[in-house]
Amino acid sequence: MSLALADVRRIAHLARLEIADAEATATQAQLNDILAMIERMQRVDTTGVEPMAHPLGGTQRLRADCVTESAERDRLLANAPAQEAGLFLVPRVVE
Amino acid sequence: MAELAHASVAELGRLLAARKVSAVELAQHYLARIDAQRDLNAFLDLRPELTLAQARAADQRRARGEDGALLGVPIAHKDIFVTRGWASTAGSKMLRGFMSPFDATVVANFEQAGMVCLGKLNCDEFAMGSSNENSAYGPVHNPWDKAAVPGGSSGGSSAAVAARIAPAATATDTGGSIREPAAFTGVTGTKPTYGRPSRWGMIAFASSLDTAGLMTQSAEDCALLFNRMLGFDPQDSTSIDRPAEDYTRALGSGVAGLTIGVPQEFFGDGLQPDVEAAVREALRVYQRLGARLVEISLPNAALGIPVYYVLAPAEASSNLARFDGVRYGHRAAHYADLADMIKKSRAEGFGAEPKRRILIGTYVLSHGYYDAYFIQAMKVRRIIADEFRAAFNQCDAIMSPVTTSVAFGFGEKAADPVAMYLADLYTVPGSLAGIPSMSVPCGFGAGGRPVGLQLMCNHFEEAKMLAIAHAYQRETDWHRRLPPGV
Repeated sequence: MSLALADVRRIAHLARLEIADAEATATQAQLNDILAMIERMQRVDTTGVEPMAHPLGGTQRLRADCVTESAERDRLLANAPAQEAGLFLVPRVVE
Repeated sequence: MAELAHASVAELGRLLAARKVSAVELAQHYLARIDAQRDLNAFLDLRPELTLAQARAADQRRARGEDGALLGVPIAHKDIFVTRGWASTAGSKMLRGFMSPFDATVVANFEQAGMVCLGKLNCDEFAMGSSNENSAYGPVHNPWDKAAVPGGSSGGSSAAVAARIAPAATATDTGGSIREPAAFTGVTGTKPTYGRPSRWGMIAFASSLDTAGLMTQSAEDCALLFNRMLGFDPQDSTSIDRPAEDYTRALGSGVAGLTIGVPQEFFGDGLQPDVEAAVREALRVYQRLGARLVEISLPNAALGIPVYYVLAPAEASSNLARFDGVRYGHRAAHYADLADMIKKSRAEGFGAEPKRRILIGTYVLSHGYYDAYFIQAMKVRRIIADEFRAAFNQCDAIMSPVTTSVAFGFGEKAADPVAMYLADLYTVPGSLAGIPSMSVPCGFGAGGRPVGLQLMCNHFEEAKMLAIAHAYQRETDWHRRLPPGV
């Protein structure tokens, strides 16, 4: 399975990564090298094999739905690129 | 103080208990050593005043009658663990200057034990790499040969311990990121069972593989530190709920009567003769100590690399989606709208390797490819894991090389991502199975660069694995050798 340049752009969009034209061609070549390396795994007969998500077969633990932490707003805002009145600031979303 | 220079964690604990040295003196000693070896570029954030404040607190605790084995002993943390006092960057521009509001559980555990943090260690960006050439803050140099890489992604951790500018260091291993740099720098690098150490506060790369571990001077030191490091953490959703253990309990048991499995697939094409020679000599040492070697087969181990490079990037593409320039991390200076801000922030903040892995991961999870790639990889993962489970019915431990070669030079593999990925050939299968594994120094190869022996045991057998390593370290002194000028 070989990626065309249009595929690279589509995947970059899905990943919300801007990719310049010059970069896209080099990236396409590298991704195709990686996919060629991955290919031999696809040919393995895995009929009847269960997919493994957790190496020890663990399942999602649940807990009671109750508050266990308090929000330290100033601390949480400390790394914000832009903030105002205790809120994270972003460019306008809704027109 | 000459005897401090190369003291193990165990020895430092004894010196502190005997009040031959204070935590403050020790901290000053290591800060000076770090300063003298800045050319290694092992550290990313140093805050001497914070380190000394922690040291004073440890001395005060001792004055009030406390006496734990780790009280006042210095340690350094891979920059993948968040820390409140020091910046946490994961080796990336994306998190330049990021100040975490909380400490990783692993960090907090050691702080509760009274350990003193020397600073944050350089690593490949978001733990992605095998040479520490992917750090946004410059590469780390191998103390044994500064023209060589220290390995990755925990290159700062391995270099710091090898150069004895930290007596021990935390690190993480997802596909080999502790074992490979440990092998390249001649230190003892240990990855526990997946889920045994907490991932809370460990910046996520691949959630079903990421495992916190240690670079130490010996298996004995590792066991001492594991006693405070490993354990159930309710804040980590994949943390294993098992009772606490004393990892030093079996150290003296020796290896008489033990069976060691030698997987033929790990001694095939690609393995360099100098590495093979050192590893086979180590196996002979084990035979002299009374262990029995058996040839075993892990027929699908070679598929570990393609499986890993589907699963890990897929999980990474999900974990790295949080970096969007909104609440923290790099935000682009110029953009047209929100969507553009996100795309540009991510493009500017991430280096080439994270971007490559995000793209591969996004692709293998995308509609129409999910079954052929991601589900298939999860199935082959189970096949590989089952082979290890069957192998442990035939032997107590599996031994193999850690890497195909000694440390390579800067730039040798950096231009070819797939060549770089093959550096993980022998370490990735154990990662997929979630088993504990470690690298133990076992000699030197081409150019005088270190060679590591890989030990692998079954789930939850860390104490046994460390005992097997300790038996070798009582018989040999590779782990005590020091790089030139150290």
